[in-house]
Amino acid sequence: MAGITYGTIYAIVAIGFNIIYNTTGIINFAQGEFVMLGGMSAVTFHQFMPLPLAILCAVIVTLLIGAIIEIVFIRWLHKPSVLRMIIITIGISILIRESALHVWGESVRALPYFTGTSVTSINLGGVYVTPQVLWVVGVSAVAVAVLTAFFNYTLLGRQMRACSANRDAARLCGVNAGNMVTLSFMLSAAIGAIGGCVVCPITYVQYDSGTPLAIKGFTVAILGGLGNSTAAVGAGMILGILESFSIWVLPTAYKEAISISILLLILFVRPSGIFGSSEASRLKEF
Amino acid sequence: MLRIKNVESGYGRLKVLKKVTMHIRAGEIVTIIGANGAGKTSLLKTISGLLRARSGEILFDMQDIGKLPPEKIVFLGCSLVPEGRQVFAPMTVRENILLGAYPQYRKRRGEAVRDDLERLYAIFPRLKERERQLAGTLSGGEQQMLAIARALMARPKLIMMDEPSMGLAPLVMKDIFSIITRLRKQGNTVLLVEQNAKAALGIADRGYVIETGRIIMEGTAEDLLSNREVQRAYLGRDLDAEGKM
Repeated sequence: MAGITYGTIYAIVAIGFNIIYNTTGIINFAQGEFVMLGGMSAVTFHQFMPLPLAILCAVIVTLLIGAIIEIVFIRWLHKPSVLRMIIITIGISILIRESALHVWGESVRALPYFTGTSVTSINLGGVYVTPQVLWVVGVSAVAVAVLTAFFNYTLLGRQMRACSANRDAARLCGVNAGNMVTLSFMLSAAIGAIGGCVVCPITYVQYDSGTPLAIKGFTVAILGGLGNSTAAVGAGMILGILESFSIWVLPTAYKEAISISILLLILFVRPSGIFGSSEASRLKEF
Repeated sequence: MLRIKNVESGYGRLKVLKKVTMHIRAGEIVTIIGANGAGKTSLLKTISGLLRARSGEILFDMQDIGKLPPEKIVFLGCSLVPEGRQVFAPMTVRENILLGAYPQYRKRRGEAVRDDLERLYAIFPRLKERERQLAGTLSGGEQQMLAIARALMARPKLIMMDEPSMGLAPLVMKDIFSIITRLRKQGNTVLLVEQNAKAALGIADRGYVIETGRIIMEGTAEDLLSNREVQRAYLGRDLDAEGKM
């Protein structure tokens, strides 16, 4: 079950990567920081207001931060190179992490369990799980479903897909491509923040908990094939379950090494991802 | 309808268009012919806003559009069917067409879109058959029709087409050209850029000849068709040589 919980959160980070990658072709390495910001600000808001409201505020704050980042750092760049974008987003990630250290300090925080406490458990056909695990999986499933519906059935979602398919042609249809990029940053920030809120009762959150998530999420995004969100869910599960089984075979300290080895292996053997077609990836920029 | 005065533009340090001046009246089919790399595509890109004009003015309906981004120019009623079709390959045919109607939705004329869609499907029955197919799986000719349909959904006053016959079989090309004449009959104004000068002049009212970024000749389609220089350079006939034989 721990594997599935972690797998879900990796998948959420990976989906955040995919949303921005799909509209802009850039990898936003600050994606993990959105998750951290979501969790941290929810904890802070929870001191003043009930939990649902605190989560809502946290998501809105993170979404606004996503928009500000895009407007300040990305929007005015004219056709930047991939390397430059990578360095910029890594810079943004460090900036957010250090600001979080200033605002919240080094202490580890957590939200209370949404329902029950850490000792309540639900019997799922012989397996006992804490209700929070169900929250994580349920909320993530809803988020994926809503996103899929948004991209397929709304005019705005279609515009974003059009921008990713062919930016110039989308502009010729009257789509404001610049705004679509801002919107994609807001969406992926919001998705990250929602993920951050639902997992933080289990995993806790600290100013620097975003970076390892970004690495795992990136591994999952690559594993599933960049830009493919459904595959990211599958790949997230694979990584999460592999990690939790690895403790039986290897010392716990090597748990983190698993995802890095998988990332390297995938990049060497099948850079298009296990679910991706090599045909499509040849057309991608990197 | 469209008036261009001394427009210059290019990519980076490279200047492609040099003092281009031309105009289009409402209801006309005007064609621009020229060799590869003469600046035909750059001219259309400059009018549509994808390429920024460095100097000169571009007036559309008496309004200067030279500094507007492409999305604004589309809203004013000037649409481009880009070279190489540029359909949204991973989206369905229907989604492609509806995206073209985006300016209509923005102008709160969403109800009109349904009628427009029916009207277009009457012109392009093939697209209706393939409504649910992904645009990337269509043949070249169908993609071209889709690109034209997508541009028409915005109800443009002026529709510009960049090499609509490129890479198409002669029969399909004939279809596309008959659609263009049909569009004009319905009151559209068309700016057509073509390498196939004979076919383009065959349906156009007037034409411009562009060479290395300059307009070197202009006139009615008949005049250009019978012009020796045009025939030698673009229609593959050399009247002088034929005379001697």
